[in-house]
Amino acid sequence: MSKKPSPWLFLYYLVLLVLLYLPIVILFLFSVNDGIAFTFPMKGVTGHWYQDMLRNRELLEALRNSAIVALSSSAAASLIGAAAAIALMRFKLRGRSVFIAVAVLPLLVPFLILGVALLILFSSLNIERSLVTIAIAHTIVAFPYALLILMARLADFNPFIEEAAQDLGATYFYTLRKVIMPILAPTILAAWLVAFTVSFDEYVLASFLNGGSPTLPVYILGQMRFANRFPQVIALAVVVMVASLSLLLLAESLRRGGAKTELKPVEPG
Amino acid sequence: MTDQKPAVELIHITKHFDTFTAVNDISMQIGQAEFFSMLGASGCGKTTTLRMIAGFEHPTEGTIKLNGQIIQNEPPHRRNVNMVFQNYALFPHMNVFENVAFGLRVKRLSSNEIGKRVGEALEMVQLYGMDQRKPAQLSGGQQQRVALARALVNQPAVLLLDEPLGALDQKLRKDMQLELKRLQREVKITFIYVTHDQEEALTMSDRIAVMDQGKVLQVDDPRTLYDSPNSRYVASFIGTTNFFNGKVASVQGDELCIELAGQGQIWAQAPTDLPVGQAVTVSVRPERLSLSADAPNHLNGTLDDVVFVGNDLQYFVRLPSGERAVVREQNRGSDKNLPAIGDAVTVSWTPSSTNLFVE
Repeated sequence: MSKKPSPWLFLYYLVLLVLLYLPIVILFLFSVNDGIAFTFPMKGVTGHWYQDMLRNRELLEALRNSAIVALSSSAAASLIGAAAAIALMRFKLRGRSVFIAVAVLPLLVPFLILGVALLILFSSLNIERSLVTIAIAHTIVAFPYALLILMARLADFNPFIEEAAQDLGATYFYTLRKVIMPILAPTILAAWLVAFTVSFDEYVLASFLNGGSPTLPVYILGQMRFANRFPQVIALAVVVMVASLSLLLLAESLRRGGAKTELKPVEPG
Repeated sequence: MTDQKPAVELIHITKHFDTFTAVNDISMQIGQAEFFSMLGASGCGKTTTLRMIAGFEHPTEGTIKLNGQIIQNEPPHRRNVNMVFQNYALFPHMNVFENVAFGLRVKRLSSNEIGKRVGEALEMVQLYGMDQRKPAQLSGGQQQRVALARALVNQPAVLLLDEPLGALDQKLRKDMQLELKRLQREVKITFIYVTHDQEEALTMSDRIAVMDQGKVLQVDDPRTLYDSPNSRYVASFIGTTNFFNGKVASVQGDELCIELAGQGQIWAQAPTDLPVGQAVTVSVRPERLSLSADAPNHLNGTLDDVVFVGNDLQYFVRLPSGERAVVREQNRGSDKNLPAIGDAVTVSWTPSSTNLFVE
């Protein structure tokens, strides 16, 4: 193993960073640009696009819709995911691998196909398209993330902890409440945040199952044809991006903190 | 057994798993306030048996009694036994106090009572003052003592210990062995201890059950197990020994004359109901052999090797049959009369030091 990283590696890293984040930086610049067309050098810096955004009623409603869908679907996905992960790791259930294979399918199926399939399903059941149908779809696609995050944590979970609790007089439900859940809490929160982000950003399913109250991504795309509204939309996109990034960073730090509570193999002494 | 009920009774316990039988029809009685060990190699069934007493495994057949009450159908949380796990299984999200208090909180004792009893338990394992620390901030030895306190604070009828000293270094292990023995005498609770380390079992136990492949071979106090093993397996598992093959040549009073294949005749004090011609295995502990012709039983051979082991000297003697006997003698400083490698030597021992097995 060489001790000093090659300067070429560092250069490569810089190029990668620039390529990844340059579009985002440009987007941010666009959102504070004084004027509708983007020129370089910029004519002036202004915050009024952000102000306009906050006064746009339709936009704020779309934001509200996204929040409702994201909150409900992430809650459902993380709770069902946690329950499924606990059941899978704790009990030697038959068909375990089949369940896992089916559970992660939403990660593999293109959302276009999933959207069409759900549309057919809902219409055959005479269920109107609405925020509820979008939330159901988002629960389905967020569930694999929650399941995998929790299964990873549970794989490291000392199986004797549960036995120790029962040995000390606790029933399974007391153990769940006082021991298993507190240890899993950071990980469940991390799964919830990931599920939230998945839902908040999602376009295809939200547009297929849109029943008249659009979510934010759907609204944004719909506004693309109005040139004068464009910078407002960009301002919103920047806000959403920063929020998503923060949530994901928070989720990751929670996930790592949660994993740290697992005791390492004991050192002699 | 006195007229007191045994603390734990196993009656014809068998445990089958899908592919193999872990415990094969064992029966044992463990006494009140006894330090009882189950000793054997990996896979002998000792841990499975312990877990059946705790309630984490259900016996396929048989009965388990705790102070006379049948418990094998009770779930673990309802049994008045507590266990110290091999990797301690402390609750990582709770501090030491809450870990130890867990069982008391389940029973909904008052805060005062809990505070008092946790304090006493921590005092007993010499961890007073550590109560606010989290397990991750403790050393292995300290975690082990927390696990001990957490179990004992509930005042169980029986304490089960599953190889609790395995992860500790040699010096700490030896200290903890004596510490555990002292603790058991102090709290006067029955300890059932599982280990594969025969020295550990000999140090701490009042009685030991030697197990192999799901069966109990012998249950006795350490001294008897060492001096009078009942089988070849027990003789070689506990301590070390020399084995010779032979046949019963004749019976003279309460002594048997054994013809050792190609070496001559030796005498043993043994049950005299062995017929002449019976094939036997002779076992003699290395420290019962001496490099001299003093005792009645002797074999002639050549000194192959000498190994210095600190407090002892080990002599390896090549016998005419091709086997090697190990003789252990105390290191008494520089003996000018030590034989040299290659010398002809005589190995001797007394008939009472001879164990016989028929296999």
